[in-house]
This record gives sequence, structure tokens and C-alpha cells, in this order.
Amino acid sequence: MSAPGNAAVRVAGLRMAYGHHTVLDGIDFAVAPGEVVALLGPNGAGKTTTVEIIEGFRHRDAGEVTVLGIDPARGDDAWRARIGVVLQSWRDHRRWRVRALLEHLADSYRPYATARSVRPRDVDDLLARVGLTAAADQRMATLSGGQRRRLDVAVGLVGRPELLILDEPTAGLDPAARREFHELVHEVVDRDGTVVLMTTHDLAEAETVADRILLLAGGHVVADGSPAAVARQVAGPSEVRWSAGGARHVHSTHDPVAFTRDLLATGDVEDLEVVRASLEDAYLEIVRRHEPGSTRRDLEVAR
Amino acid sequence: MSTPTPRAWAVRIGLRRGVIEFRHMLRNPEDIGWNVVIGIALLVYLVTQRDTVVPGSGGLTLPALALPGILAATVLFGMVMGPAFALASDAEDGTVLRLRTTPRGTTTYTVGVVVGQMLGALPMLVILLAPWPFLLGSPMHQGPGGWAALVGWLVLGTLAMLPIGIVGGALAGRPTRVMLFVMVPVVALAFISGVFGPQTIPPWAAGVVQVFPLYWLAHGLRSTSLPVGAESLELGGAWHPGIAALVLLAWAVVGLLAAPAVLRRRNARQTASALAGRVDALLHG
Repeated sequence: MSAPGNAAVRVAGLRMAYGHHTVLDGIDFAVAPGEVVALLGPNGAGKTTTVEIIEGFRHRDAGEVTVLGIDPARGDDAWRARIGVVLQSWRDHRRWRVRALLEHLADSYRPYATARSVRPRDVDDLLARVGLTAAADQRMATLSGGQRRRLDVAVGLVGRPELLILDEPTAGLDPAARREFHELVHEVVDRDGTVVLMTTHDLAEAETVADRILLLAGGHVVADGSPAAVARQVAGPSEVRWSAGGARHVHSTHDPVAFTRDLLATGDVEDLEVVRASLEDAYLEIVRRHEPGSTRRDLEVAR
Repeated sequence: MSTPTPRAWAVRIGLRRGVIEFRHMLRNPEDIGWNVVIGIALLVYLVTQRDTVVPGSGGLTLPALALPGILAATVLFGMVMGPAFALASDAEDGTVLRLRTTPRGTTTYTVGVVVGQMLGALPMLVILLAPWPFLLGSPMHQGPGGWAALVGWLVLGTLAMLPIGIVGGALAGRPTRVMLFVMVPVVALAFISGVFGPQTIPPWAAGVVQVFPLYWLAHGLRSTSLPVGAESLELGGAWHPGIAALVLLAWAVVGLLAAPAVLRRRNARQTASALAGRVDALLHG
């Protein structure tokens, strides 16, 4: 796990407990400039707690956290202005019109403009980018779930953040709205190079959006890498199945490519099949192992 | 154009936020509807009673005795219940949290609530006061000076009562709890504080009501608007505008010291997981 010196987010030995319940038991990771990282894990794995600590909204019990070079526990308003946050399930500002709300929130970034970074973004431009130009004069209460979410992203982006943090951004969206949302995130990153840290319990989403997945379970980061690498880390070996001389063979290997090359060199192979480690199976297995119910059972057994 | 400090800027956009919130109230039939209905109902009642002389008052009519108390109660309901419900529902729907994610957003938010709620109490005061000189003659026997004093009492009453609403809303946390812990005591206080005139204060409650700002705001308003001789109906049988001003000022000072601290503490607890917990409790409990 490399941790470059100019990491946008660096977390080391992060610990957090609520009463006797340990949520984070020594978390380590770093997010490099330009990266899109998904914090993946089942409900209750501590994803939201982790991002809340990174956002500076929650104190931690132990560990080092640096976000854009500053400890979030001591982050001031100039620091906050460099971070965009998209949180879960809003129904706030129901009476406000879309453009009026975005303009109001954009205004709060004006004192934090720098020579390098024009803050805030142009509101109409941003509305166009998230596809809400036609809805600009609608009241918030009349927006659909997908529109609402796109506005949330616009709010997260309006201060031209260097780091965008999204907490379960597509929970409750239908597949079409979800896909639209993923495209939006990609566009943002490609155009501005914004660092993105998002949480999700949805594996497919993590695979689609992220360059890198951090799999969080049982208070630990249990896997860290590209979606393919995480699959290898957590899913174990692939299976190679084939027939030779009328007999069925099965071989389990971490390097199916090399094994198959050697196998084919022997000649007499029919009906070759390579079953890759399924990330989904591995993920579901981990989720099952760390469900609150099963944790409780484990504890009772341990007593 | 000089660049304002971040704090001054947050206050400025907070003012704008308050005005926008006020415009939303004006356009919302539920909010403004209640003001209009209650205001007009009170007005109609007082107009029909304009010749009713209160026994033992030396010839004072019921409306003359009641209007100051009704104005005081309007300030109480507007400045305590308004902010308390606003704070609680803004916490519940994520408004506070949304502002927390922006730089100095909580300053902006707080200024917005204070400004919005103060503006929000104006329509009711206008409904009660504006038609008064035409319908019933000037309630101010002191003339223009009396009107200035009336505004002074209303401002002092607002300063005394608004922090109570903010502390109440922040401590209650949920609109349903605001009903129980803020609205019920406030309505009870209004019942025993002689809103329709000091002669309606039950004898057993005389000591209690003098602790709270409602009686003293009404007393101050009456001392400004009623003719000489009316003081015989007051608790203690005399005008005490100095004591009234001091009690209101004391509530204002304590409130303005306590409210920011309470607000900071509750804002720090506004997190996504806390919000999710409340949603969860609503759904499953």
C-alpha cells in the first residue's frame, strides 16, 4: 500500500468506538491526487464514520488523519472551502427554488477564492452540467430522486473542491438515475482532476466508478487495490477445468494464465474452462461474515 | 469594493437567507394563513367588545386593556415557538447539516433563522396594530412618543424571548418534542399571565408570572398605552416600567449568552449518521 507524500487523504491507525462497540479498529489508507476511491463495505462497517472523521464532523479516538495537508479536527473554514461533501438522503430546503438554493450556498465560498481557484463556480454553468437547467426554477420539494441527487452533487461541486466526498450517493436511485450519476462523477473527475472518495455498499457501483476499492469489514480494511486486484485478494484462486483422455480435471490456481499456457502445451486438452474468482461471491461472503447479527453470535460464542 | 471578512460575509448572506425564508413564509398558505386567521379573529373579537367596560377598571374598555397583552403574547409565540420549530425541523430534515458542509455555514444559518423569524412575526403585529387607530382610535394616549415606546418594548421583548426559542428548539431537537417541552409550557404561561388584562391573572399565579418576560412585556406595553389610573389593576397596583425593562433585559442577557453555546453544541452533533439514526428510529420505532 503506497502512501505518497502529497496524498489528498491519509489515514493511519484510525480507531473509533461507540461505547463498547468498536467500529474502526485501526484503519490505514491513502488517497492520491487524481484518484477515485470507493470505500466499500456492508452497512454498519464504519464507512460513514470514516468519512465523517475525514470531513471533520466527528472526533476520533485514535490515529492520524490528514486531509489536504490538515488534520480535520483542526480544519478551519478555508480548509472546509476546499472540500465538497455529498451526504445521504436529504429532504432539506423543500421550499427553496433550485437555482436560488445553489446561488445561496455558492455565495458562502466567495471569500475563499484564490488566484489558482475561482470560487464559487458559475451556478448556471453548473446547473447545465448536472442537467438541471430546465428545473432551475422548480421548488426542491418537486424534484425527483435522481434530480435531487444531481443537485446534491452540484452543491458538492459549487465551491470548486479539491476533494469531493460522497456518502452512499446512489442509495435509493433507480438503475437509470444511478448510471447517470456515475457518468456525472466520471465527467467531473476527467475535467477537473478532483479527488473523489465515495462510500458504497454496492459492489457493482464500486467497480464501475472507482480506480481503487478499499473494502472495509469488521473495523479493518480487508482489501485495497484495483477492482481486479481486490477480487484476487479476497476471492482466492481461480479454477481451471478441462477434459483430457475422457477424464475430467479440476485445478485451483492463483495464476490461471500461466497454468493454462503450460496445460495447453501438453497438447491433449478438450473442453477447457477457467472460472475466475468472483468478486461478488467474495464480497457477499465477507458481508455475511460481518453482518451485525452474526457478529453478535460470534461474541456470544466467544464468551 | 473591499473584501469583507469571512465572518462579516457569512452574516451578510445570513441576512439574505433570512429574507428568502421570510418570502417563503409569505407565500406559504399554511404559515401566513394561521397568522391572518388568528389575527383577524382577535381583531373582530376586540371590535365587537369595543364598548365593553371592564368592571373596576375606572371605565377602561376591554380592547384597551387586552391589546397590549395580545401584542406581548404575539411576540412570545412568534419569538419562542417560531425559532424552536424552525430549529427542530431544520435539524430533522438535514438543513443544518447541509449548511455545516459549507464554510461558516452555521453562522449563515443562525443569522438566517433569527432574521427570518423576526420578519415572520411582523405580519401578525401589522394585522393587530395597523387598523387600530381607524377602528378604535389611537391606543396610545401618549401620542407619537407612545408609539416609539411601544416599538421599544416590542424590541426588548423580542431580545428577551428569541433566545428562549433558540435554546428550546436546540435542546428539544425534534418537532414533536418542541410541542411537549416548548409549546405546552408557553401556552400554559400565556393562560395565567393575563393576556386579556391584568385582572385575568389568577391570584395564585401572581408570583409565578412575574418571573417570566411575558407579564413584564405586557405590563410595559400597558404602562405606555393606558391612561393614568389604570395601574390600580396591575399586580402591586402601580406602574413599574423600570422593573419591566430590567426583567426583560436580564432574560435577554442570559439568553444571548446561553443560546450560542447551546447552538454550537447541538450543531456539532449534526452528522449524517445522527440523521440516519433519527430516520431509522422514525421508520422502525
